[in-house]
Amino acid sequence: MDVLLQQIVNGLVVGSVYALVALGYTMVYGILQLINFAHGEIVMIGGLTSLFAAKGLLAMGAPPLLALLVAILAAMIACAVIGVLIERIAYRPLRNAPRLAPLITAIGVSILLQQLAILVFGRNYFSFPELISKAPIVFGHITVTLNEIVILLTSFGLMAALLWLVHNTKVGTAMRATAENQKVAGLMGIDINKIIAITFAIGSGLGAIAGVMVASNYGQAHYYMGFMLGLKAFTAAVMGGIGNLWGAMVGGLILGLVENVGLIFVRGDYKDIFAFVVLVLVLIFRPQGLIGERVAERA
Amino acid sequence: MNPTLDVKKLQVAYGGIKAIKGIDFHVDEGELVTLIGANGAGKSSTLRALSGLIKPAGGKVTYKGQDITGIPSHALVGLGIALCPEGRGVFARLNVHENLLMGAYARNDKAQILTEVDEIYTMIPRLKERTLQMAGTLSGGEQQMLAIGRAMLAQPKLLMLDEPSMGLAPLMVEKIFEIIRMIAKRGTTILLIEQNAQLALEHANRGYVLESGEITLTGDAKTLLADPRVKAAYLGG
Repeated sequence: MDVLLQQIVNGLVVGSVYALVALGYTMVYGILQLINFAHGEIVMIGGLTSLFAAKGLLAMGAPPLLALLVAILAAMIACAVIGVLIERIAYRPLRNAPRLAPLITAIGVSILLQQLAILVFGRNYFSFPELISKAPIVFGHITVTLNEIVILLTSFGLMAALLWLVHNTKVGTAMRATAENQKVAGLMGIDINKIIAITFAIGSGLGAIAGVMVASNYGQAHYYMGFMLGLKAFTAAVMGGIGNLWGAMVGGLILGLVENVGLIFVRGDYKDIFAFVVLVLVLIFRPQGLIGERVAERA
Repeated sequence: MNPTLDVKKLQVAYGGIKAIKGIDFHVDEGELVTLIGANGAGKSSTLRALSGLIKPAGGKVTYKGQDITGIPSHALVGLGIALCPEGRGVFARLNVHENLLMGAYARNDKAQILTEVDEIYTMIPRLKERTLQMAGTLSGGEQQMLAIGRAMLAQPKLLMLDEPSMGLAPLMVEKIFEIIRMIAKRGTTILLIEQNAQLALEHANRGYVLESGEITLTGDAKTLLADPRVKAAYLGG
């Protein structure tokens, strides 16, 4: 029972990170019907950028909290710029191409970003400084770290902020309108290229923060860290119903829980199996995802 | 004075096939002009070319003397041109209120926008009852009302309506045309593309008849309504 509770807590922490990354996949899919396979690499770049920024700031004598905040900001800016550039250079010219073309391009962009990361940062595993205490805190039978608590709270805060933005602001409403019908959105005077760029920037910014979280939680970052994380977050997005924000969040949390609770029964080496068993099961039994469409296209 | 909308030798082609073969027409300020014609005559192609959804293959479109040929559709709204698209094109997953606000996307005068939303609700009480309902759950007629209301929130000087009666029950069509008449009365210039020639000509000042991509007849709406050729072709004898 204690083990179960502990794994649920661990699962929520990991799941909230999956959810943040899954949101990036689902936002882009919702607006362009494109699976941006390079999104995992955005997370990786976020992790590495923040790592080097934080190390540099610490070396200059900055206090850890300031180093963390600046590192997050640097990662978000870097990732948002790269996300917008990818869309502009790689995806926009293919907007009216058959759907396979941008998909393959996305895989190509993913490999390109990995290679760029090797050129800029190198192939090593770099250790992430402990900016928030990772000393265990014991609540009854559960052990958590302050770092994990911060990850969980920040993730939920960001998800709430995103939902608010999408549902209560002009730009968010325009994003939903563009996702539904680009032509008519254009007739309303919405510059859809601008809205798509904003979508990429927000998704990549969230991915950057997820990258910082993963790097700090595992204490390391490397050029390949985005691959598996990206696949799992993509699985989470599909599980929830790709294109649906709630779906990505619920999918991420469920995937984190399944993985970690599953660890009670099998060895850690097999952890990754759970994500993909879940993906296969969802695709067989509920291909539209757990949270299906609510409204018909036409009355 | 320049007409509000002046179309000269407009051509539209899909691949090598010419859908519009160089047509001329104009809409003067305050007029309700209708473009009628059978299915496939090129009515929607004309409107698509005017609204930047496709690039015309040739010809010139001017709006109040300004060349707007091939302008991107999101730039039209700023000039004062709103298009109410064929098939209504409401945002199904946005509620009625949000749909209306999207019509005012290019504007920033929030208080005035909300006043005008209220005006639309007064003019079309049906929408008010359904403010927070997803537009996809509305009936076809209600969606058409919403689409027109949304277009009005752009404060257009020129409103272009593409087949507003399409697929609607006769009673609903009457209501839609009542709304169109109200808008025309308020002084908005209207270009109405319609398959229902009878109704369109009854409400319009002038009309153009489009056949296989060419304008074959034009004139005063009353005259066209009485013209035996129009009667034979569109009004069932």
